[in-house]
Amino acid sequence: MRRFFLIATPYLWLLVFFLIPFVIVLKIALSDYAISIPPYTPTLDLSAGWEGITRFFSELDFENFTFLASDALYWKAYLSSLKIAAISTFITLLVGYPIAYGMAQASDEWRPTLMMLVILPFWTSFLIRIYSWIGILSGEGFLNQVLMWTGIIDAPLTILNTNVAVYIGIVYAYLPFMILPIYASLEKLDGSLIEAAEDLGCSKASAFWLVTFPLSRPGVIAGCFLVFIPALGEFVIPSILGGNETLMIGKTLYDEFFANRDWPVASAVAVVLLLILIVPIILFQRNEQKQREAN
Amino acid sequence: MNRRFSWFNATSLTLGFAFLYLPMVILIIFSFNASKLVTVWAGFSTKWYGELLGNQAFLDAAWVTLKVAVLSSTLATVLGTMAAYVLVRAGRFMGRTLFSGMIYAPLVMPEVITGLAMLLLFISIGMDRGVGTIVLAHTTFTMCYVSVVVSSRLVTFDKSLEEAALDLGCTPFDAFRSVTLPIIAPAVISGWLLAFTLSLDDLVIASFAAGPSSTTLPMKIFSSVRLGVSPEINALSTLMIGIVTVGVITASLISKQSIARQRAEEQAAART
Repeated sequence: MRRFFLIATPYLWLLVFFLIPFVIVLKIALSDYAISIPPYTPTLDLSAGWEGITRFFSELDFENFTFLASDALYWKAYLSSLKIAAISTFITLLVGYPIAYGMAQASDEWRPTLMMLVILPFWTSFLIRIYSWIGILSGEGFLNQVLMWTGIIDAPLTILNTNVAVYIGIVYAYLPFMILPIYASLEKLDGSLIEAAEDLGCSKASAFWLVTFPLSRPGVIAGCFLVFIPALGEFVIPSILGGNETLMIGKTLYDEFFANRDWPVASAVAVVLLLILIVPIILFQRNEQKQREAN
Repeated sequence: MNRRFSWFNATSLTLGFAFLYLPMVILIIFSFNASKLVTVWAGFSTKWYGELLGNQAFLDAAWVTLKVAVLSSTLATVLGTMAAYVLVRAGRFMGRTLFSGMIYAPLVMPEVITGLAMLLLFISIGMDRGVGTIVLAHTTFTMCYVSVVVSSRLVTFDKSLEEAALDLGCTPFDAFRSVTLPIIAPAVISGWLLAFTLSLDDLVIASFAAGPSSTTLPMKIFSSVRLGVSPEINALSTLMIGIVTVGVITASLISKQSIARQRAEEQAAART
């Protein structure tokens, strides 16, 4: 009895507040837009009994999904999100790897401190960390002032409200997610392997490419997924740093729901985003599973 | 890994940490700027802190945020610890795969989707939106983080200690309370802290779950940021960064001390 209670409490909570909401999203994605409260049709009329239920199901259709496919705005937003997420994941890897590598080579006394320095930004507000870039990237911002003062440029660069600012924001916000898994796999690496490679005539650089990098691959893969998956559905960064050219699906969904009040289309946008995300999420889980078995 | 700390390592660490910290340092410096212009330095002043503390809208939002964070992280810790216990100890039961799926899914779900789904649920069951619905939404997504943290500790914990307590006549609940809970307490506490921070920080899910009368601090910051940069927000950000830094450093010093004490005790025990 006690065991039943123990299992049932978190189970029911997640069913009611996590799974059922998704069923509702799916249902509304199959409904039609209507000027009423709630702003969609059909609604389930249980008082009509069995007939009401069958009528309800027969009125559901895939119209919203064909609409998403036919309207260029949506598939452009999906493609642009994929592009922005992929490019910023790659830049994060380029920035994060040397940091993780440096941490793994630091002395034992230093490493806990370096770890804490990487984790600390994670505890400070995400919103504030993104906000702090406005003062740096804006027209008369810190970066432009430094560049003009040193004479590198004559006129201020426009960075804020462009995709470049979005890339910077994503790289900045998710850098710890890239560093930590790479550091974890580099830290475990056996140093004698590199010594052996060097004894056998490898240069430092080729020892890195032939031994160190392949052995750190699980960390690199995990880091890339940890950045790519949240970046794809990102809403805050494009809203604060992005401009009119920035098209991301998270923002499209938000606007569709709150500005256009088209709930069925917003729900359909969410369903398609989920379908796109399922592939990387499954790949990520497989990678984790393999890691666990290897240990 | 062989440690040959080179100039390359030193440079990449310096540049890397400069990148991570410089934006926040600049923000903090400019929060003490006398000028209203955020990017032109006009002398040292703390007037924005004064204006911030006189701004009732921010104070109200901070109060709502704190209330939500305390309630939801506490509820999430209870539910998340139960869920972790079920995942690690309950063995087979009907729908176990679904259960573990529901634990891990919120961790990777984009916030806009979770938020939208929550809002549509609240509307369908005709629930009035406000502090209550934000607490429900935050509890749901943070309990999953708690259960991941707690279950990783439960996995490494020796089950025989619990079985010994049961053999000695404890009820399962007593065994949990007097044996298991003290041992997993550090994980439960860090789970609570994680849930608390996530709740304080959340903008997207709160904006979906909140009603017109309840605004959290991130929602307030977001709407003022959209109107442009303001020195008041810089002051607020500095306060928040300061509180978090002090909190994290204190926590790490405490845990360092307790590890040192534990080591000393072990050494003393080994000597006798």
